[in-house]
Amino acid sequence: MRVEPASSAEVVVEVQDLEKRFGAFRAVAGVSFAVRRGEVFGFLGPNGAGKSTTIRMLCGLLTPTAGTGRVAGLDLRREAERIKTQIGYMSQKFSLYDELTVEENIAFFSGIYRVPREKKAARQAWVLAMAGLERHRRTRTGELAGGWKQRLALGCAVLHEPPILFLDEPTSGVDPNSRRLFWDLIYRLSEQGVTVFVTTHYMEESEYCDRLGIIYRGELIALGAPRVLKTELMPEAVLEIDCARPPEAMQVIEKVPEVKEVALFGRGLHAVAADAEAAGAAIRSALAAQGFALERLERITPTLEDVFVSLIENRDRLAGAQAEVRR
Amino acid sequence: MIPLPPGDHRRSASADLAAPERCARFSPGKNLRRLWAVARKEAIHIRRDPRSLGLAIGIPMLMIVLFGYALTLDVDRVPFVVWDQSHTPASREYVAQYTGSRYFAWRGTVAGYSELERAIDTRQAMLALVIPSDFGRDLAAGRRPSVQAVVDASDSNTAAIILGYAQAITLAANRRIAVEQMRRLVGVAPTPAIDLRARVWFNADLESKNYIIPGIIAVIMGLIAALLTSLTIAREWERGTMEQLMSTPVRPVELILGKLLPYFAIGMLDVIIALVMALSLFDVPLRGSVVLLLAMSALFIVGTLAQGILISTLARQQLLASQLAMVSTFLPAFLLSGFTFAIANMPAPVQIITHIVPARYYVALVKAIFLRGVGLEAMWPDALFLLVFAVVVLAIAIRKTRRQLG
Repeated sequence: MRVEPASSAEVVVEVQDLEKRFGAFRAVAGVSFAVRRGEVFGFLGPNGAGKSTTIRMLCGLLTPTAGTGRVAGLDLRREAERIKTQIGYMSQKFSLYDELTVEENIAFFSGIYRVPREKKAARQAWVLAMAGLERHRRTRTGELAGGWKQRLALGCAVLHEPPILFLDEPTSGVDPNSRRLFWDLIYRLSEQGVTVFVTTHYMEESEYCDRLGIIYRGELIALGAPRVLKTELMPEAVLEIDCARPPEAMQVIEKVPEVKEVALFGRGLHAVAADAEAAGAAIRSALAAQGFALERLERITPTLEDVFVSLIENRDRLAGAQAEVRR
Repeated sequence: MIPLPPGDHRRSASADLAAPERCARFSPGKNLRRLWAVARKEAIHIRRDPRSLGLAIGIPMLMIVLFGYALTLDVDRVPFVVWDQSHTPASREYVAQYTGSRYFAWRGTVAGYSELERAIDTRQAMLALVIPSDFGRDLAAGRRPSVQAVVDASDSNTAAIILGYAQAITLAANRRIAVEQMRRLVGVAPTPAIDLRARVWFNADLESKNYIIPGIIAVIMGLIAALLTSLTIAREWERGTMEQLMSTPVRPVELILGKLLPYFAIGMLDVIIALVMALSLFDVPLRGSVVLLLAMSALFIVGTLAQGILISTLARQQLLASQLAMVSTFLPAFLLSGFTFAIANMPAPVQIITHIVPARYYVALVKAIFLRGVGLEAMWPDALFLLVFAVVVLAIAIRKTRRQLG
């Protein structure tokens, strides 16, 4: 995997061949990347792909089995405790104290992060305003709705104004509106120069990132800006097809030799093919022959999901082939 | 994963201090802020859970009342019956020695062994005296009449004490009869060769509550202290907040001491309540220094709270931790501290084990301060052990507190 060359901007997170094994299981297998200051860097992958394990190594919560890394210029292995003063971390599971009120949770983390006394009141007010919790400052945290809890957790993680923020699936289990609000907050922090490292398994969320790493089975299989990934990483063309009875139409299109794969996508179909022109013509005639009314057929820029599915399938095919050869 | 060697932990911890906060290093206010934040958070947890707080205060009170009233090891007013076959003034006088004593309570006469057996079986009597029909005649003739004493020995300790009482009464009766006979023969009463004058120190009335109450304070404090803290770290693990804490710069020493602080306050409150109950409700004399007693209690509580935290750290589950805390404090405190069973009577290997039971030293200290009124000049080795135990267990608990997952 190619590490993006650090441009003029300062690199604040950098790992090389990072690996984490739990017994025989390789949760993270030789991952390398670099994140620049102020970047919103996303880690996209299915559950169990190694996203959380990577983020935990970066936060000093796990020691890597192999490889090296620096966060805020500090060594992952030797300076894990110093890294903890430079970062904010939101774990996958909500981890504020339910019995404490909103204010008490904020006060606890200000104490833990040693927010200077003269700044304390201002930081608390900032968190309350940011999370929209001014009127709920004395509410028990356990009684808050998901979106509020999650914004409060973000607020508590940045009380000490850390230069780097690690968010492990921060928006899972939160309604779409809260999710959008949350991303607004992430952008605001990023504008202030905070580097945000965020994992997600939501495709549409990963489009919000400046750069994206796709992790699958512990390996980083793609890295780049979402737009670049969509245009450069997919050699094949994607055709979007709107027609009658898509499930049945899919079975027809599957049999077209020029089409590599076809999948339901929204209310229509997405077909992947090496030659868009030839495949388009073949699909048209096949559907017409079977009596399906075709409304629209055009080549589109692949979505991240198309890229993701195509990458994973190529990968699995390759792994399958290698297994065959070994046998 | 490859855990960091302990040396590395230390190095990185000191580096953390030295880095951006160097200028504030000598300001204690700032250094204690994390500890204080943890203590305040923990205090809020306690306040928000009034049931646990009620238990922490209520259980010691309940146990003191229960043990103080129910667990009396005194043997007095032993119920007894008599099968007097002699029916002579001599036999009646002998029985009168029992009925007149505060150690025995007369429960009537029986006629025959079957009635006697029933009285013992139904626990109507614990002692039965069988006076043979020739008792009066033999006594008058200077022959040694025998009296049978049947004792319910289902509790061997009590039985031994009852027999001791009976022997003492019989001995006194024998002496009186001998003196009487001598006077009748020689005209003067002989003086006995050895006269044992017993003076019972420290617990002059031989009242068991005077040593049970101080002992039970020690047992209760051991149990409560460990139970209180056994949940704290395990709860953080179970709720997932431990991971969040580990991602912050909070150090194990700050976390452990911060968590200890509010529970220490509860523990000391318990001691004071127990003390007030012992003095006011049970009239146990406090002959030594209250300050010393509180200081020793503080040492014991810190050690036991630390033991609870260590268990919590290792167990990571609240249920398991509380059970371990219970077993590891209550049982040794009850059985091996010398509270219920004298350590000197235990088999040698068990005696050796008692040396690592902190409750043993605390029980000794509490009893010594309460009853003997002595100070550190006599008890410093026990105090020293409590101090060492507290420091060592605290240090282990801090070392075992993880800074990492995995």
